[in-house]
Amino acid sequence: MKAYDIVIIGGGPAGLAAAISAKKSGTDSILILERDRELGGILNQCIHNGFGLHTFKEELTGPEYAGRFIEQVKELGIEYKLNTMVMDISPQKIVTAMNREEGLFEIQAKAVVLAMGCRERSRGALNIPGYRPAGIFSAGTAQRLVNIEGYMPGREVVILGSGDIGLIMARRMTFEGAKVKVVAELMPYSGGLKRNIVQCLDDYGIPLKLSHTVVDIKGKERLEGVTLAQVDSHGKPIPGTEEEYSCDTLLLSVGLIPENEISRGMGVDMNPVTSGPKVNESLETSIEGVFACGNVLHVHDLVDFVSEEAGTAGRNAAEYVKRGEERKADAKEIRINPIEGVRYTVPGTINVDRMDENLTVRFRVGGVYTNCYISAYFDDERVIHKKRPVVAPGEMEEIKLTKEQLLNYPDLQTITVKIEEA
Amino acid sequence: MYDVIIIGAGVSGAATARELSRYNVKTCVIEKEEDVCCGTSKANSAIVHAGYDAAEGSLMAKLNVRGNQMMEQLSKDLDFPFKKNGSMVVCLHEEDMPKLHALYDRGIANGVKELRILNREELKEMEPNISDEACAALYAPTAGIICPFNMNIAMAENAYANGVEFKFDTEVTDLKPIDEGWEVHTNNGVFQTRYVVNAAGVYADKFHNMVSEKKIHITPRRGDYCLLDKSAGNHVSKIIFALPGKYGKGILVTPTVHGNLLLGPTAIDVEDKEGTNTTREGLDQVIERAGMNVKDIPLRQVITSFSGLRAHEDGHEFIIGEVEDAKGFIDCAGIESPGLTSAPAIGEMVAQILKEKMNLEEKEDFVATRKGILNPNTLSKEDRIALIKEKPEYGNIICRCEMVTEGEIIDAITRPLGAKSLDGVKRRTRAGMGRCQAGFCSPKTMEILARERHVSMFDITKSGGDSRIVTDHNKDSL
Repeated sequence: MKAYDIVIIGGGPAGLAAAISAKKSGTDSILILERDRELGGILNQCIHNGFGLHTFKEELTGPEYAGRFIEQVKELGIEYKLNTMVMDISPQKIVTAMNREEGLFEIQAKAVVLAMGCRERSRGALNIPGYRPAGIFSAGTAQRLVNIEGYMPGREVVILGSGDIGLIMARRMTFEGAKVKVVAELMPYSGGLKRNIVQCLDDYGIPLKLSHTVVDIKGKERLEGVTLAQVDSHGKPIPGTEEEYSCDTLLLSVGLIPENEISRGMGVDMNPVTSGPKVNESLETSIEGVFACGNVLHVHDLVDFVSEEAGTAGRNAAEYVKRGEERKADAKEIRINPIEGVRYTVPGTINVDRMDENLTVRFRVGGVYTNCYISAYFDDERVIHKKRPVVAPGEMEEIKLTKEQLLNYPDLQTITVKIEEA
Repeated sequence: MYDVIIIGAGVSGAATARELSRYNVKTCVIEKEEDVCCGTSKANSAIVHAGYDAAEGSLMAKLNVRGNQMMEQLSKDLDFPFKKNGSMVVCLHEEDMPKLHALYDRGIANGVKELRILNREELKEMEPNISDEACAALYAPTAGIICPFNMNIAMAENAYANGVEFKFDTEVTDLKPIDEGWEVHTNNGVFQTRYVVNAAGVYADKFHNMVSEKKIHITPRRGDYCLLDKSAGNHVSKIIFALPGKYGKGILVTPTVHGNLLLGPTAIDVEDKEGTNTTREGLDQVIERAGMNVKDIPLRQVITSFSGLRAHEDGHEFIIGEVEDAKGFIDCAGIESPGLTSAPAIGEMVAQILKEKMNLEEKEDFVATRKGILNPNTLSKEDRIALIKEKPEYGNIICRCEMVTEGEIIDAITRPLGAKSLDGVKRRTRAGMGRCQAGFCSPKTMEILARERHVSMFDITKSGGDSRIVTDHNKDSL
């Protein structure tokens, strides 16, 4: 059986950044396994610009952003295999993978970085009633057809869900000659970035209907139309508010789900809120030496943050390979407790001895709050109290902690993160 | 001139075709859709019923029990998935116990083997997630679950291999009696035949009524279903029925033979014979009533919902036999539940009728077995490695949710009566049937379809007809 120090599952933005960081941290034996025919992951179909503002201080397209990391991977001589599907990973870190050339093969890893990304929620997950004709696509599938294959999924489009991919596709479909009639969003606020609403809908006069959903789908062969209705505060359609839209295409941008079938198969503990693994300050899962980063861990808005997070995971994987068992010694951990508006945090626990000088704790809120504070309590003492004009579920939030700060609280048990009214 | 034309390539038509293909007889199956298994046969509970439901002495009861007995061997001969996991009819109220006992008695009268009544403790031990209110259940170990698509496909493929012709996208428009049989008018020409078998599902009344003064009436009775991810597939291990009420068997909860969890069906009478649209009320009813018998169903794991139409004849009985006032016209009508279970026995019965009428002789070269699409997951590691070495396409995963390889998809497309559409590939291989519902694999499967069938991407459909998936190149309409 072949052996590598670090095997990275997925060659998208998270996997690439993790590999580069691990290599720069001194591990030479690294292998990236990628299921698609190219490195870069979903960025390859994100041909719009706006990537890299944080990382490179310039606006790149998705393929350009990925390209910078792919170049580094090649320059650093990091090994990778394309068109290779990981079938499963044992708790002992034996990776079973398959491709056309090598068939089914096993690799023994010392450390594993999970970077499989996420998938889109489908129509079925929403249980939208009606017929099941052709012409219903998840926004990402349509994006692949248009941006990679050059095929239009239809001419008259309704979009359900205002996630970022849906907003981006509203603009793309318009560019490519389709008529986007409306974007409907179940929630009273958009799930996407504010800048995308302005640049992808407002600039093209595409209406956004908040608190609306699709209640019926018509057309036996190809989609012929959908019925939208307003919903009440519980998300239930309000009778009498139905409106018919004729369309041949319905795009769904209704949420992303981390793809953790392999993680579950290994026995990694999962966080039911994020659908990603539970991780500590090193982004290490409940299985020692198994790290997670990017959208497989929790769904991000900005790839820049994915790269940063993956850098941390890669560095810690390299550290694990170097020091392995030594790290076990001190198991004392500070728990981070998300409450009152904060849905989860990544990481969920901190081992102060192991943490870097700076630690970014990322999270999402459960609703829209204006003129509020993001607060962190170290046990009972409020230590962070950050004023925010508005926070919303569509934009990831963060607090920053330092090792120095935490060392001042040797008995600290719990850091509570919450939203407080002004 | 054909000896027999079978209208409909659903499970009844395919079973009849397969049974007939044992004999020296020129048979043709005519199907209005692009593929076999496109109507009632594709959207149902996929249950092999034990046989205690149907009225004692009815044809339904007889063919159900016979079909159940045939299924295991048939699944081996024709290589389709079948699992005898057993069923339970759950009784929630002490006062309904007489109904449960009545069901037991009927099962015994119908010849169902191994039936027994479980008390609360036995029930709980076998199915920990059963409702806490359950007080007893009728347990039928002979019930099972199958893949309805591959059962239908397997019988059709085997019939084809034994010489039966199939015409797809061919809709029967008229039936005219001629001297020695029938003239079958279609959108693809006129065909003559000595006998017609009417296996047209929800349309069986239309064809029957074309030729007979004794009218029958079929109501499409819609059943809505929710399908849950494989992560929920172990929630119950057996088929869990509610005690039957006025409208059929109530909402069942069952693992599928592929490891998902299925909830449904409703029973809603509709007018439209193509009215397979789910409704909010229907889906809500499925969820509400499924929860009455089984607790803690992980509804967040729903990956799709769908509905099917039962061909409910007013008399609620299978109508099988030559129509009295239409010589040479054999009905196979009113085939609703337990129609799927009964299909092998229905095929046998219709073939027997025709055998006697035509004095058919058995073929010497009848091939009784058929090999399904190779599923590499069933191979040992060594065999799988050898397979990929010989055929690298078996090393290329196309559907990541169901782990379906390119090799399987190519097989599905290129074998006789192969898949022509995404749904055709899906029913044969499960590509696109998993948790992402074809989000990732459909562009790849489209490419493979276009390549193997030598057609343009614009000709690839979801399910034939006008269900095209892509409409233009980028900027064509600018």
